[in-house]
Amino acid sequence: MPLPIPPILSYALRRLIQSIPVVILIMIGTFLLLKLAPGDTVDALVGDMGGADAAFIERLRAEYGLDQPVWVQLWRYMVKLASFDFGWSFVYEQPVATVLLDRLGNTLLLMATSLSLAFTIGVALGAIAARRVYSLTDNVISTLGLIFYATPSFFLSLMMMLVFSVKLGWLPVGGIKTIAGFYTGWDHVLDVARHLVMPTAALSLIYLSFYLRLMRASVLEVADLDYVRTAKAKGAGEARLMFHHIMRNALLPVVTLLGLQFSTVLGGSVVVETIFTLPGLGQLAYQSVVQRDMNTLMGIIFLCAIIVVIVNFVTDLLYARLDSRIELK
Amino acid sequence: MTEAILDIRDLRIALPKGSDRPYALDGLSLSVASGEIVCLVGESGSGKSLTAGAVMRLLPEPSVRVSGGSIQFEGDDLLSFSETAMRDIRGNRISMIFQEPMTALNPQKTVGWQIDEVLRLHMKASRAERRAHALEMLDRVHIPDPPSAYNAYPHQISGGQRQRVMIAMALSLSPRLIIADEPTTALDVTTQLQILKLIRELQREDGAGVLFITHDFGVVAEIADKVVVLRQGEVVEQGPADEVLNNPQHPYTRTLIASVPDLKPPVPKPVSDPPVVLSARGLKKTFGARGGLLSGKRRAVTAVKDLSFKLHRGETLGVVGESGSGKTTVSRIVTRLLDADQGAVELDGKDLLACSPRELRAMRKHIQMVFQDPMASLNPRKRVVDLIAQGPIVHGVPPERAREKARKLLEMVELSPAAADRFPHEFSGGQRQRIGIARALALEPRVIVADEPVSALDVSVQAQVLQLLADLRDRLDLSLLFVTHDLRVAAQLCDRIMVMQKGEVVEAGPTADVFANPQHPYTRNLLSSIPGKDWTPPVRGIDAA
Amino acid sequence: MTVLDTDIRPEGPSRFVAFWQRYRRNRAAMLGLGLFVIVVIMALTAGLVAPGDPLARAADPLTPPFTNSSVPLGTDQLGRDILAGIFYGARISLLIGVIATLISIAIGVLIGALAGYFGGWVDDVLMRITEAFQTIPNFVLLLTLVAIMGSKIEWITLAIGIVSWTAPARMVRAEFMSLRGREFVDAARNLGVSNGAIIFREILPNAMPPVVVYASVIMALAILLESALAFLGLGDPNYASWGNMIGQGRAVLRTAWYCAAIPGIAIVLTVLSFSLLGEGLNDALNPRQKK
Repeated sequence: MPLPIPPILSYALRRLIQSIPVVILIMIGTFLLLKLAPGDTVDALVGDMGGADAAFIERLRAEYGLDQPVWVQLWRYMVKLASFDFGWSFVYEQPVATVLLDRLGNTLLLMATSLSLAFTIGVALGAIAARRVYSLTDNVISTLGLIFYATPSFFLSLMMMLVFSVKLGWLPVGGIKTIAGFYTGWDHVLDVARHLVMPTAALSLIYLSFYLRLMRASVLEVADLDYVRTAKAKGAGEARLMFHHIMRNALLPVVTLLGLQFSTVLGGSVVVETIFTLPGLGQLAYQSVVQRDMNTLMGIIFLCAIIVVIVNFVTDLLYARLDSRIELK
Repeated sequence: MTEAILDIRDLRIALPKGSDRPYALDGLSLSVASGEIVCLVGESGSGKSLTAGAVMRLLPEPSVRVSGGSIQFEGDDLLSFSETAMRDIRGNRISMIFQEPMTALNPQKTVGWQIDEVLRLHMKASRAERRAHALEMLDRVHIPDPPSAYNAYPHQISGGQRQRVMIAMALSLSPRLIIADEPTTALDVTTQLQILKLIRELQREDGAGVLFITHDFGVVAEIADKVVVLRQGEVVEQGPADEVLNNPQHPYTRTLIASVPDLKPPVPKPVSDPPVVLSARGLKKTFGARGGLLSGKRRAVTAVKDLSFKLHRGETLGVVGESGSGKTTVSRIVTRLLDADQGAVELDGKDLLACSPRELRAMRKHIQMVFQDPMASLNPRKRVVDLIAQGPIVHGVPPERAREKARKLLEMVELSPAAADRFPHEFSGGQRQRIGIARALALEPRVIVADEPVSALDVSVQAQVLQLLADLRDRLDLSLLFVTHDLRVAAQLCDRIMVMQKGEVVEAGPTADVFANPQHPYTRNLLSSIPGKDWTPPVRGIDAA
Repeated sequence: MTVLDTDIRPEGPSRFVAFWQRYRRNRAAMLGLGLFVIVVIMALTAGLVAPGDPLARAADPLTPPFTNSSVPLGTDQLGRDILAGIFYGARISLLIGVIATLISIAIGVLIGALAGYFGGWVDDVLMRITEAFQTIPNFVLLLTLVAIMGSKIEWITLAIGIVSWTAPARMVRAEFMSLRGREFVDAARNLGVSNGAIIFREILPNAMPPVVVYASVIMALAILLESALAFLGLGDPNYASWGNMIGQGRAVLRTAWYCAAIPGIAIVLTVLSFSLLGEGLNDALNPRQKK
């Protein structure tokens, strides 16, 4: 007799096991990228020291295991990654993990605010547009969605900066907090919030259009299904149709997109963080490319991938909760 | 004559511009009295379902809308009601049962919640009272164990049960009028009869009027008090069921009724012993047994267990059964579209199931298939001539000769040669099925496996395609393995039948014997469930087909 | 009064004509087509409208728009003609967009078709790889590839193609999974048609319409990715690019905002044209959707 495990737990466990091969593939991928990149750790180290003689370089290579066969190197690399050891950053003179950890909070904050805004507003507008399809409201919402969709985030950021910081002076141009402001408590929170307004707006406006368009299409599709007709034939009114019958089914593909899109939004943070000089992972990624800091760059890729895997896992569970048809066993 | 609950006068429903006709319905008049079942009969595209939409005021306006006439419900003009007033009526005084039990219930809500919704919308009662009423309704529609059905999700119960839930929902407030739109079309024949009986029983108890929409004259014979026959949006005939069924006046009604396959099987052929063309031994197939660590375990379903049969030259063997009986699996194993777990299919002394891929490709030309869905079985991107010539070309016939032959085959299936250069979407369902037959014939096979070839067709077209198949079989001395769920169709075409249930043959023999003297209880049940079995369509003046 | 089933309907308009008639009815789609044609014309006539190097000095730095007829849209801080930059930028955007889209669609179709048609372990392996790719933020991967391969325009195009194939692969896979169960595929197998011919001659033509629609989306994304790279100064410095112009304009945002705004509008309109085009194609290819 096996132990009675709650179905949601065994479902969660199964999803976790499924993501293991993905994580291993990402490890192999980052390793390959590192190998493809011109120069290796020892080159960077030697460059950092200002040159060294050939014998010393040989010794260093042996020490770092770079004289071993490729698969041994791969194995060691994977073991190190698995313990979140991303190597040394020669730019920051710190372990990469420390550098990343410093920046992680800001990026997660930006992600959380932008995505929740984009999701809620996008879903609401998409639903409204679909229920008044081809009306003026729908046309306005859909057109705005299309325009935001077509606007590059950096252009939107610049234009917002021009209007709200340069012309109107309402919002700070960049950073995460006022330098030498030394705010504490609520003032600190407010200060950070003011700095986050424009980056969040820039990121969320663009991704909002994704959710809006998908939600609109999804609601239109679900509203045509037989069981919605059944509900109408029962005498259900518009609000009941929307909230009890259409919404939950229409949300399913949008939730899937939320998981799939997360990595794209993380990618979008590179540009936005760079423009608003927000010290997060995105800005760090850009700087690492410019400064050829491959260890840091690989660290970012791996960390981002892990975050995305976790987010996908959570959205999967959310999906399973939303869709009663999914058999959890 | 009791007072009419529903009285439709000169109803006209306009279609959007650019449709194939301006009005979906033109001048429909009918009335339904309390305690009466009125069947609205028509083929696809006759506008019968839109009538239901008009009465419920649920047409997809403004593109499809009522443009004339009146609908009186208990003396009130429904067309003048506001949306709010209509909402009070829907589900309460007029309720509806739909065709597809699979999709007509919200997949995300429990059965109980969905029945409760009607009560919540139209009745002032406490939660406990509503629950008690819902359970009582589930009991009235004969669902075993109502409390557990109450908590189940739709996907956890069978199609027949779901239709019972729909009926419970529709009848829970004792409506005056029930509109049933093909409520049994998606169900197996035994379930169909139960549901028909249930509708009749509950309707008698409550004295409601029923507007019953269907395409099936068997169902009409089973249930109707009055019949209204629709063609292309116009009423061609109406009257008491007995009159219309046994003494149809309008030529269209006569054609339709003449197309209903008779339940009399063909006279057995004079005893001769033609050679065996195809023989299957010990076929076995189980689905979904696999499923490793990553995909979770699925329950294994045995689709076919230990099945054997022989097919003689020039003979038609019917494989009859309900959904889930494994009959379609048999057709796919025999053509090796699906690999069996065990067994042998001998054709020409060679085991088809043991063939190497190369041998198999050569063998395929001896056994061809006609598929169920004439829409899906023809590649929409290919011209008809290329569809038919594809087989011979694959098997090495020079393309020019193959195309020439394809044109000749079109003639054989009674299509004009002009069809050759068209695409499949330009044809009607019956025409597409003819193209499918021509494609199967192009390889000059010995055996044709036909998987429900007429079940997607209207009854008048069905008769013509069946006739064509029978003619071709006799002319070309073909052997036919004919898979069907429809016993009427089987009776018309098959020399022998085997009845399948849950992957096993429960009875086999000459069709006439099985029909006259069924041995197995399941066969008896199947035969007694055929809708309208006690009605023999009058055979007279057939001027079609 | 016969109901004979064998009478053939008169021949309708050809596929293409019917398609065009449906497309034409959609005003937004026509706007998209119009914008697209303008961008193409700009790309083709760049050499005629502004002969010479668009990166060379043309007039006084920071000439505002509409003040000097030889540089109608003004100049940037280095005196480069903004109009010429827009025209040559259209060329680069389209070039990179088209080629990167072809690359990503080719990879996506191949992987999606194999995974969707064969299923089983082939599908498992290919889908895990696709997931792994999808897990890495595409822009970060793009930056990395550019850091490794360098900023030459060929490499950038290839890199954009490499980071964009996952979505079409998933889509093609879904199409194949639904189409491979269709009866016409069984019919082809039953005739003895080989796997290769079934994949490429039977299923693929039927799977193409949504892929073509999606190509317009990838095209838009590819243009956005290229412009973002160029904006960050990681594009090919030898070509005029809208993103690069905006990046340069950032330095003079306070005084000469038009330097960034004009190429920005060019990007918005171009991407918009692809979105509208894609939606129009989709509506015209799926006439079942009600209007």
